[in-house]
Amino acid sequence: MIVIIDTGCANLASLRFAIERLGYKVCISSDAKILTQASKLFLPGVGTASEAMKNLTAKNLIAPIKALTQPVLGICLGMQLMMQCSEENGSTSKPVKTLGIIKGAIKKMHVTPLRLPHMGWNKVHARENEALFKNIPTDSYFYFVHSYALGPHKNSRANCEYGATFSATIQQNNFYGVQFHPERSASVGSQLIKNFLEL
Amino acid sequence: MLAKRIIPCLDVRNGMVVKGVQFRDHKIVGDILTLAQRYAEQGADELVFYDISASTDNRVVDKSWVRRVAEVIDIPFCVAGGIKTLHDAQQILQFGADKISINSPALNDPNLINKLSEKFGVQCIVIGIDSFFDVKSGQYHVKQFTGDEKKIRTTKWNTLDWISEVQKRGAGEIVLNVMNNDGVRNGYDIAQLSKARSLCHVPLIASGGAGKMSHFSDVFKQSDVDGALAASVFHQQIIDIHTLKTYLKQQQIEIRS
Repeated sequence: MIVIIDTGCANLASLRFAIERLGYKVCISSDAKILTQASKLFLPGVGTASEAMKNLTAKNLIAPIKALTQPVLGICLGMQLMMQCSEENGSTSKPVKTLGIIKGAIKKMHVTPLRLPHMGWNKVHARENEALFKNIPTDSYFYFVHSYALGPHKNSRANCEYGATFSATIQQNNFYGVQFHPERSASVGSQLIKNFLEL
Repeated sequence: MLAKRIIPCLDVRNGMVVKGVQFRDHKIVGDILTLAQRYAEQGADELVFYDISASTDNRVVDKSWVRRVAEVIDIPFCVAGGIKTLHDAQQILQFGADKISINSPALNDPNLINKLSEKFGVQCIVIGIDSFFDVKSGQYHVKQFTGDEKKIRTTKWNTLDWISEVQKRGAGEIVLNVMNNDGVRNGYDIAQLSKARSLCHVPLIASGGAGKMSHFSDVFKQSDVDGALAASVFHQQIIDIHTLKTYLKQQQIEIRS
């Protein structure tokens, strides 16, 4: 069973449709029991880190997510939530504590004179033989929308340039994260989701 | 490097793509899914759907077509027209739209921009601005209710001031539609867009005036906009998106292939 973790954020439809277009069935759930039984999970996210953590706390999902041993793909904010903390905390300047699965902090991007959000299609440079990038041409364009990012990291599997280099994807054991939106990245995005589902 | 975006805009009425002549006599030009898919396949980087059935009257409009688009389209898309409340916005985003674009309602109640961006995040809040260059005063004015010639009015806002204001309030992207150039196909208003660019710290999309491929190249090179939106040149197949992108790459512009 493939599960999209319901983080309480509005837009889960496009991810669900992208998975269904590949011919898979998928369920959206915030039930810890269903999460534990899933074969593959997606941790999506839009909105702010503080808001998403509030939702996950309210749904008692923090411990169950951290305990998952199946492949989990965090998308955009979902990837950021896997780190220890994020500067994206609404009006206050104190970093918000996130899931803490992978060591590292999410910081606001500094890109002057470029614009934020980093919105649009950018080249993703993956390391060789990355499972998620199987059958995807090197330096393909993926669709990004974000203002916060993880800098270069030892667990990065692909990088992207915007003002500075940042981590476009990350992996630690069964936890995978992508900063871009594969569900909105045309055929290469679809291939990446397929690669994840075939892991 | 971030690629410059090519964005076809489709007018939608009651779930069909239509084309009007000077805001009237709207003719159905095709099925929304067929056209959206065709543009996506040709290499469009994003799509904008402008729901004109909602733009000027007050009744509740069926937006279920948004869900059908989200089911088949694998590139980002934005819905414009008739979004006046948080509830309207929420519904469209839940149907699977990536962004919503607000124009006239933001002029009625600028606070709506704050409320939307706080609730949904700046990344999905696009502000559309219809700007008119008044030759006499040499000023750029923001117009409101441009979807209906009977209701159209000039607001108190100077375009450049409004661009600054909407960013303060949480706009994540700005589409600047230059009305003087709309449908004329004489090129984008480079001077105005360059002025807007210098004040605009969020992505800026040029709209109004595209007639040939060099217009796209000019606006990217001279005004440094993040994307260029066009409607009629794509609908009437004057410019093919794939050919356009090949041309722009030859002009050394960063384009997604």
